[in-house]
Amino acid sequence: MISLSGVTKAFQRRTVLDDIFLSVEKGERVALVGSNGAGKTTLIRCLLGEYTFEGSIAVGGLDPRKHRGAVLGRVGFVPQIPPPLKMPVGELVSFAAALCGTKPQRMIGIAEDLGLDYAKIQRLPFVRLSGGMKQKMLISIAFGRDADILIMDEPAANLDPQARHIFFRQLAERKERSVMLITSHRLDEVASLVNRVIEMDQGKIALDDRVADDIDLTGVWRCEIDLVRPEPAFARVMEEWLFLPSADGNSWSGQVNGPDRLRFLSVLTRYAGLVGSMKMSEDRGGR
Amino acid sequence: MKSLLLTARLDIAESLRARWFLFYSLVFGGLIVLLFVFGLTESRVLGFTGLSRLLVTYIQLCVAILPVFVLITTVRSVAGDREAGVYEYMLSLPVPLKSWFWGKMLGRFLVIFLPVFLAMLGAALWSLYRRIGLDWELFLLYTLLLVSLSWAFLGFGMLISTVARTPDVAQTGAFLLWLVLLLFLDLLFLGVMIRESLPFELIVGVALLNPLQSFRTAAILLFDPQMVVLGPAAYVILDSLGRWGYLAFAILYPAILGTLSAALGCFLFQRNDLP
Repeated sequence: MISLSGVTKAFQRRTVLDDIFLSVEKGERVALVGSNGAGKTTLIRCLLGEYTFEGSIAVGGLDPRKHRGAVLGRVGFVPQIPPPLKMPVGELVSFAAALCGTKPQRMIGIAEDLGLDYAKIQRLPFVRLSGGMKQKMLISIAFGRDADILIMDEPAANLDPQARHIFFRQLAERKERSVMLITSHRLDEVASLVNRVIEMDQGKIALDDRVADDIDLTGVWRCEIDLVRPEPAFARVMEEWLFLPSADGNSWSGQVNGPDRLRFLSVLTRYAGLVGSMKMSEDRGGR
Repeated sequence: MKSLLLTARLDIAESLRARWFLFYSLVFGGLIVLLFVFGLTESRVLGFTGLSRLLVTYIQLCVAILPVFVLITTVRSVAGDREAGVYEYMLSLPVPLKSWFWGKMLGRFLVIFLPVFLAMLGAALWSLYRRIGLDWELFLLYTLLLVSLSWAFLGFGMLISTVARTPDVAQTGAFLLWLVLLLFLDLLFLGVMIRESLPFELIVGVALLNPLQSFRTAAILLFDPQMVVLGPAAYVILDSLGRWGYLAFAILYPAILGTLSAALGCFLFQRNDLP
């Protein structure tokens, strides 16, 4: 579905992408990881037809630069840094929907699923929304149309647990019929969402590996934690994960999204000295 | 076509919300109000009185203000959007680059032309209401000249925005272009040509290649049919082209120049990195 052949991109004399060969097929969910300056964003911009480059890129057999309409009509893109658009949210949705040949209501539906009160924000300038709200809006615009190629730059970074669950569910619904390219500078952020990992380093592909694909994206896990003593800093973190405390503040319980387990455990390691015991089991009832 | 119109509509809405547009509208609306307040419609110059007298002054003010306004606001917003990362997202949507570029140009043109025109139209309607004299032919010719001048400088602005990679460079480029057209050609270049005793036709021809100059000269022609204030240059212009020929040139030439500049800008825009 996506094929890169000898793609090289240089800015003045600095080579940012160095002779990249890559092929991604339908059903593949690729984590594109690497440190800052590895070339992830440049690769994405080449794929979106925004940069000129040496070599060739074909998306569904078409050059994204020469056939922008046909290629980008299939691409849902969520950037890492939301654009500072001064236009009202409603105007952005109408513009994107009209260009993509879909109904604004589809995008609005996903926005509301993600927890946005669309009626309240539609007249607000996009730039005035909080980081999480902007992310939710951009995800809604990317998912609220017939895109079978999803390119997302740290898409869930600013989402609350509830919204992350909805986001993972949306990904799960599309995983068989789409190609997903999810970038992050940390693998643990996206590892559970993907079945292939590509690591970039100094403009080259340093690692290209298939990974186990048996995590249920929509699964939810019940977690109970007992502490050796209450701690305000720990309480603040647990509240962010929407966990509830016991009356004495010594125990916390709540739900963790399946794909977020690794992330949750890495948060807990910061408080290893406080945790007396913990139990985690799949919650069949869901959220 | 659909994406061109969508882009134009988006740009119009963006501009209407911007502070520069409010200021811009106030300047041109305010100018007309001030000209009325200072009683220009009652004064007389070269036989002109009423609204025609007011328009003569208004058009002279436009030539000083309009080009620099158009250039600076265009390059700041277009190059500024690119630097702020707006293009990375907006151009990931399936909009053809030509539609994006010309849609922005069209939207921007309507936004910059309408306040200038509406101020003039408001004055005309007020004159009709107050039964002050109004020459509709003059009104139409001024309108066409303003369309042409706005389009020309918008084209320059879009070209500069495409070539310059940062808003600061774009703004400096726009300001320099305006300065060259306003001062350099008249004060230095033409002065040197005259001192070197080059053919008079060549000097007048070079002067009229400057769209500011062709606009200014056409505006003079409209209130001074013999162009007495221009001296011998008037003979060259009137003998070569005649009154209507020169007016046609002054309307068409800047419009073509603006279109060619924008077309070059669009060509470069499509060839280079977008964000």
